[in-house]
Amino acid sequence: MIPTHTDISADSLADSVSALLAQGARFGGLFASRSVKGPTLLTAVVAERKGLTLLEATVAASTASYPALTAQIPAAAWYEREIHDLFGLEPAGHGRLDPLVLPLRSGTPRETALAVDAPVEIEESALGAHVHGEGMFTIPYGPVRSGVFESIEYLLETPGEDIPHIRSRIYYKHRGIERRFERLPVDQAVLVAERVEGIASVAHAIAFSRAIEALAGVEVPERAELLRVVHAELERVANHLDSMIRHTEGSGQAVAYARLSLHKERALRLQATLCGHRFARGVVLPGGVIGPPLAPPKEILEHIGALEHALDDDIQALMATPSFTDRLRGTGAIPAHIAQGHGALGPVGRASGMAEDVRIDRPYGAYAHLGFQIAEPHSEGDALARQRIRIDEIRSSFHLIRQALDLLATTDDRGPMDGWHTEIGLCSGKVISSVEAPQGELLYMVESDGNRLLRVKPRCASFHNLALFPQAFQGDIFTDFVFIEASFGMCIAGAAG
Amino acid sequence: MAWILRGLKEGVVTTSYPKRPDGYGDSYKGALRVSTSPPAAPEGDSAAAAQATAIASCCPTGAIEQHPAQEGLSGQPHLSVDRGRCILCGICVQSYPELFYFEPSTETSKLARHSLVVPEIEEGDAQLSAVRADLARRVKALRRSVHIRHVDAGSDGSEEWEVAALLNPVYDIHRLGLFFTASPRHADLLLVTGTGTAGMAGPLKRTYEAMPYPKIVMAAGTDAISGGIVHPTYSTHPGIAGLVPVDIWVPGSPPSPFAILHGILAGLGLLSRSCAAKIARQDAVAHGPSGSKGAPR
Ligand code: SF4
Repeated sequence: MIPTHTDISADSLADSVSALLAQGARFGGLFASRSVKGPTLLTAVVAERKGLTLLEATVAASTASYPALTAQIPAAAWYEREIHDLFGLEPAGHGRLDPLVLPLRSGTPRETALAVDAPVEIEESALGAHVHGEGMFTIPYGPVRSGVFESIEYLLETPGEDIPHIRSRIYYKHRGIERRFERLPVDQAVLVAERVEGIASVAHAIAFSRAIEALAGVEVPERAELLRVVHAELERVANHLDSMIRHTEGSGQAVAYARLSLHKERALRLQATLCGHRFARGVVLPGGVIGPPLAPPKEILEHIGALEHALDDDIQALMATPSFTDRLRGTGAIPAHIAQGHGALGPVGRASGMAEDVRIDRPYGAYAHLGFQIAEPHSEGDALARQRIRIDEIRSSFHLIRQALDLLATTDDRGPMDGWHTEIGLCSGKVISSVEAPQGELLYMVESDGNRLLRVKPRCASFHNLALFPQAFQGDIFTDFVFIEASFGMCIAGAAG
Repeated sequence: MAWILRGLKEGVVTTSYPKRPDGYGDSYKGALRVSTSPPAAPEGDSAAAAQATAIASCCPTGAIEQHPAQEGLSGQPHLSVDRGRCILCGICVQSYPELFYFEPSTETSKLARHSLVVPEIEEGDAQLSAVRADLARRVKALRRSVHIRHVDAGSDGSEEWEVAALLNPVYDIHRLGLFFTASPRHADLLLVTGTGTAGMAGPLKRTYEAMPYPKIVMAAGTDAISGGIVHPTYSTHPGIAGLVPVDIWVPGSPPSPFAILHGILAGLGLLSRSCAAKIARQDAVAHGPSGSKGAPR
């Protein structure tokens, strides 16, 4: 059970969270949920090394305002802007309450606008004015960008001599996807989870399923847990390769680009060999997995071995190519204290001295008993450190995949086994589950009355880390941009919701 | 080892598609088929009617439709699947394996929206040839190499991976004279992913308008075609067809690189004869006599 403090008033929520952070905890997020026309419930998530703590406070419908957490906890800024957009709550003293995911004309009644199944009207004038001044200009980049990218707009503000500042506008892609969960039965809702952040489908399906399993108190068959690990780690390999591919593209390493793209293609094909889908969609569902892998584990092991070998060889060569490493060294450095203060997640955090990884700190599923090659965190915080972390993680992913496949191969030989899936229903309650997605810690807050899903709120690491993105720009913004963005390895769909 | 040698290490990895069919493209589930129709419900048989409703309602995206007798297809009652809505989740295959099965093909793109419905309704033929003729006129006016502009109109992020994969050495679309371009003013083909969000409606339209004539539009993926399972919300359009006129429809969630490539080539009339013959064969099998009976795996 997650310890939950429910006796907090909205007025003291910020103080209570701050008190925990002062003891070394990390700010994990702030979410709202609402019963029809009733008060809004705020849930703050605080992460300590070995567990999460929830703090709940109620904001009355009559006031619709509470003292902003952001005033004390800058990492809460985006969460409060999102809640302001979607629930109309006013965090008093926030400072910069521009729309984040949904710019609407001011005075638009959100409750009614968001209850309709037709696209709302976006009001760009609702986005705060650009900062103007002597020698100051703003360069927009996006939302339609050069190349094959997800849509996002970056505003490069250059205030005279100072270091330019960068702002991200993520609303373009906002799909309102968390609402889709509420109308579907759980076996279909998991399909929505797979599409919240489509390049981390497996991580999302596992996080959502684990929440449903926690509500029901159901155990998942062991070999289903093993198969989940195989797919989740292959997904991580593909994601980390994607980040590296974009680095090689940006630095003009044509052959390395081709080689790594080929390996990424192979990783996706391995997913398809295992389950018939290149992103392993439809495999993980509440209670377990859909069924046995479509190819024998022994055969997959051979492919894995070949991929690992070829990849390792190319990566070593790449990291011994000075024209490549020099480009990344010192680029987009995030000092440890900034990463710590923001609670940077995933490889971004681990490249800046943070040692957190849900798979190790709060092991779930088969991770609890598989051997783990723990990658040492780096402290340089630059794009090169993030690249090195990803290389280490690719190696440890292969290590996990091999162990899981070995175990699956032996359980295979033992003849009929307990199934791949435990029958599961929807039980009432509220839980938060967490897994380590390729982008970092992924949270799912799930509330149910036992008949249907009342609220499902995914919190993607992409959302949390994107708020930190501007901090990575110190040097030449134009030449560094592509590397800094690639080294963050974000999915905009996940950030925009 | 020098990088240049490294590049030669594994010999040719590039597919010879579309010159020759590619085995991989046909090795995983690419499309859904209806194998047989449920037993005809006699007039007033409420149990059978309930069964038919249950079949149609098992689909989370409303892709399955139950057609009573008399409507198209030789007057038989039958089921149809709209591949423009299907996200290949497999729920129907699990629940009714005798009625639905996956077909391992990636050559699934179509040049008209209604052609995505299987079994296909015959009456669309005249309309379809008009659509084809119109597209062919525009294609004829294109330069030799074709420049593609990609716009993400609210994808889940995986579509971008599959589009970008076209540049990896396996698909290597440069060999076919296909290039991505950064500027709409140099673009011939607008490749759109995503359901069409409230926020991207404007930028998508502006990109389309900035392209010179002749221009061709592809909806890549089930989300771009119909909104898939992420639609409807307060922030999504049911696909992009209401925002820009679509010529090429590529189903899939996400569409695989082969499916996207097939769509581009089919739209540009660039499919080699051998591939075209294969597609024709498949269509003949699937759409064969009333689309009912047989069509084994
Ligand atoms: S596979 Fe899923 S989405 Fe497609 S028709 Fe069947 S139930 Fe519907």
